[in-house]
Amino acid sequence: MAEPTAGAEAAPGMPQLDFSTFPNQIFWLIVTLVVIYVVLTKIALPRIGGALEDRHDAIANDLEQAATLKRRAEEAEEAYNAALAQARADAQKIAADTKAEIQTEVDAATAKADAEIAAKAAESEARINEIRASAMEAVEQVANETAAAVVEAILPGAVDDDALKSAVTAALKG
Amino acid sequence: MAESDGGSGLNIHPMDQFVVKPLFGGDVVHWYTITNVTLWMALTVAAVSAVLVLGSRKRALVPSYSQSVAELLYGFVHKMVQDVAGKEGVKYFPYIMTLFTFILGANLLALIPTSFSTTSHIAVTAVLALAVFITVTAIGFIKHGAGFLGLFWVSSAPLALRPVLAVIELISYFVRPLSHSIRLAGNLMAGHAVLKVFAGFAGVLGVGAVVPIAAIAAIYGLEVLVAVIQAYVFTILTCVYLNDALHPSH
Repeated sequence: MAEPTAGAEAAPGMPQLDFSTFPNQIFWLIVTLVVIYVVLTKIALPRIGGALEDRHDAIANDLEQAATLKRRAEEAEEAYNAALAQARADAQKIAADTKAEIQTEVDAATAKADAEIAAKAAESEARINEIRASAMEAVEQVANETAAAVVEAILPGAVDDDALKSAVTAALKG
Repeated sequence: MAESDGGSGLNIHPMDQFVVKPLFGGDVVHWYTITNVTLWMALTVAAVSAVLVLGSRKRALVPSYSQSVAELLYGFVHKMVQDVAGKEGVKYFPYIMTLFTFILGANLLALIPTSFSTTSHIAVTAVLALAVFITVTAIGFIKHGAGFLGLFWVSSAPLALRPVLAVIELISYFVRPLSHSIRLAGNLMAGHAVLKVFAGFAGVLGVGAVVPIAAIAAIYGLEVLVAVIQAYVFTILTCVYLNDALHPSH
């Protein structure tokens, strides 16, 4: 770097204050700035800005899609819950209906059975009464005959049928 | 970078690295001469194009490593413009991106040993700063007419103080391009000169050169930071000035 020209020029001190080089520096600076500006505005900045915007849009899109999917999932869950509740209600209704039906059938059968039992009981009672009555009659007859035979044996010829009968009846009731 | 004439005594020329020289012979630097300025600015263009154009080549939805870098730079400057200068400032984003990428590229390329640092030259930074100053002032007057002068009339201050403040504001406004340009050039120049001085020490110290070499490594790290931070500072100040032009009311 230590060249003769440098030595001659650097003698006063700062090369920054060597005004003879100013036009050169300023000219090349302006060229440089214009070139950078053109490269940036024509190529680099639109590309980078576009890429950033694309990414921003893509992320926004994805978020929106995720929100939509979430909403749909929530709707599906809601529908599922509604269907479940409906099914449960239906099942309960069917169970209640069946129960009521069976109850009416049971009631009807019970009533029928009761009626039959009552009828049979009445019939049996009637028969018993009949048997009892016929038995009583037989007993009275036997008593009469026995009384008549006894009276005949003690006092022959003194049998009074009517008196005998009333006496036996009174005795039987007594 | 270390050079000393035969090792006899200190012979350091820390400013030689900043000399503008014609690349293809000749001593006269005309405005059109192809110089080391041309070379390193062309390399800056190439570097910026490589990062931003090749990086964004694929426009992938899921970015590759190089595309991420390009998008990071884009997003960083875009957010800066929007945050500092507001929504109306986004219109000027390509200009600010041009400034930022040029300064960042030039600053980082200047850290290559034996390179030429274009942004250490007042001529370069002054043009950048003046371009910002003139553009921003023009935008202010075009958008707000005479209302732009409200920038200098601090309506929140007591009435008696306002003329005084107006003078101060006016001076600070016109000092802007000066501080804007010297901050960048000064930082770059000082850092590179210091590196060169230490390199000169290393050249004459023999075994003791370990110390200046370690210092060079440390300062080099610092210079990488400075290169990025100065590019950022220049850009964010541009955004601040733009914001003043777009919203001049205090």
